[in-house]
Amino acid sequence: MIQIEGVSHRYGDREVLSGIDLSLVESRIGVIGANGSGKSTLARLLNGLVVPSTGRVLVDGMDTARDGAGVRRKVAFVFSDPDAQIVMPTVAEDVAFSLRRRGLSKKEVADRVGDILGRYGLGGHADHPAHLLSSGQKQLLALASVLVTEPEVLVCDEPTTLLDLRNSRHVAGLLEGLAQRVVLITHDLDLLHGWQRVLVIDEGRVVADGPAEQSIDHYEGLMGAERSC
Amino acid sequence: MLTGTYRPGTSRVHRSAAGVKLLGLLVFSTLLVAFQSPVTVLVGLILVSGLYGFAGFGVRTLVGQVWPLRWFVLFLVPFQWWTAGWQGAVAVIGTLVVAVAAAALISLTTRVTDLLDVIARLLEPARAIGVDPDRVALLVALTIRAVPVIAATLQEARDARRARGLEHSTRALVTPLVVRTIRHADRVGDALAARGIDD
Repeated sequence: MIQIEGVSHRYGDREVLSGIDLSLVESRIGVIGANGSGKSTLARLLNGLVVPSTGRVLVDGMDTARDGAGVRRKVAFVFSDPDAQIVMPTVAEDVAFSLRRRGLSKKEVADRVGDILGRYGLGGHADHPAHLLSSGQKQLLALASVLVTEPEVLVCDEPTTLLDLRNSRHVAGLLEGLAQRVVLITHDLDLLHGWQRVLVIDEGRVVADGPAEQSIDHYEGLMGAERSC
Repeated sequence: MLTGTYRPGTSRVHRSAAGVKLLGLLVFSTLLVAFQSPVTVLVGLILVSGLYGFAGFGVRTLVGQVWPLRWFVLFLVPFQWWTAGWQGAVAVIGTLVVAVAAAALISLTTRVTDLLDVIARLLEPARAIGVDPDRVALLVALTIRAVPVIAATLQEARDARRARGLEHSTRALVTPLVVRTIRHADRVGDALAARGIDD
């Protein structure tokens, strides 16, 4: 369970999150909001990439400010730009890189890498230069590289922003089928259809929290109201 | 200098241990420099070309590995010819080109992860003086990875400059290149932290 208790966060003088209290237990949680609303900062709090200015974030009882390494073993993160996330020159090496320092033998690493690349349709690209993959394949590689470590929670910050419709739907389908809990930050409201819980963030506060359809209605109302002002 | 990207294969060169190949490169480069002459360059070139063939690569691949040096070579040739004569020019520039071709053969036939393991093992004794071998290996990996990223950013900045009709503006090329490279470095830092690689 992820527990967010009395969290506020500032970048310099600018407060981006204010008075957030949440318990995240559902297997599918969406986060939506306008640009600059604070949703990416909220996402980054979940695996300790950002430590709150006040309050605390607990992942299965571990405080992200004190035990960031432990938290990151449980909570993986995927960014919108896979180019920034791919570290190694070839596809298989990038996935294997996530397993360094895990005490696995070369054979175990090779087996796990081969298995996950096969599952994500990248088996035929194992030795290809990662930077020559298509945008969709790069995002699949970014997903494979974090999921190979078998995290319990996957946080995705706008993973389909740079993808075309086909790849966007492919990635959405993969996220749907994951055994892990997923927290998805997105502007693509269609991706959240049927999700158990969707949070709407506006000016650093949670202004709606409920099933997808209810929260999306609220968000569209909010955006419509802003447009008519 | 690691210029190429790994190309899988089953040749003996591919199957040789990364440590052996790196040691071979060290010895080969040292001999090239120690006995610097046109004859040494010729012998080195024959040897390296043979190894490329042995690994299943053709002349095209070999030339492709040293092609990025062309402007540097063109700049250096007249200077070396003027100061050291044609033999000196062939010896100095030939040594550089052959050594780069040899280094590129290693990156063409060796996975980066295997190279990183060797680097980490070699640096293990330095842990006593505060050096973290894994961090140095990570630094090498990031440097190798940065080459295609910066090359793509440079190409995009060039295109954007042309699209705005500013073909001759250095500022229109350098400013977006520097800003985007720094932003990329920032994002890579976040991604590494998120993957728990530096924990």
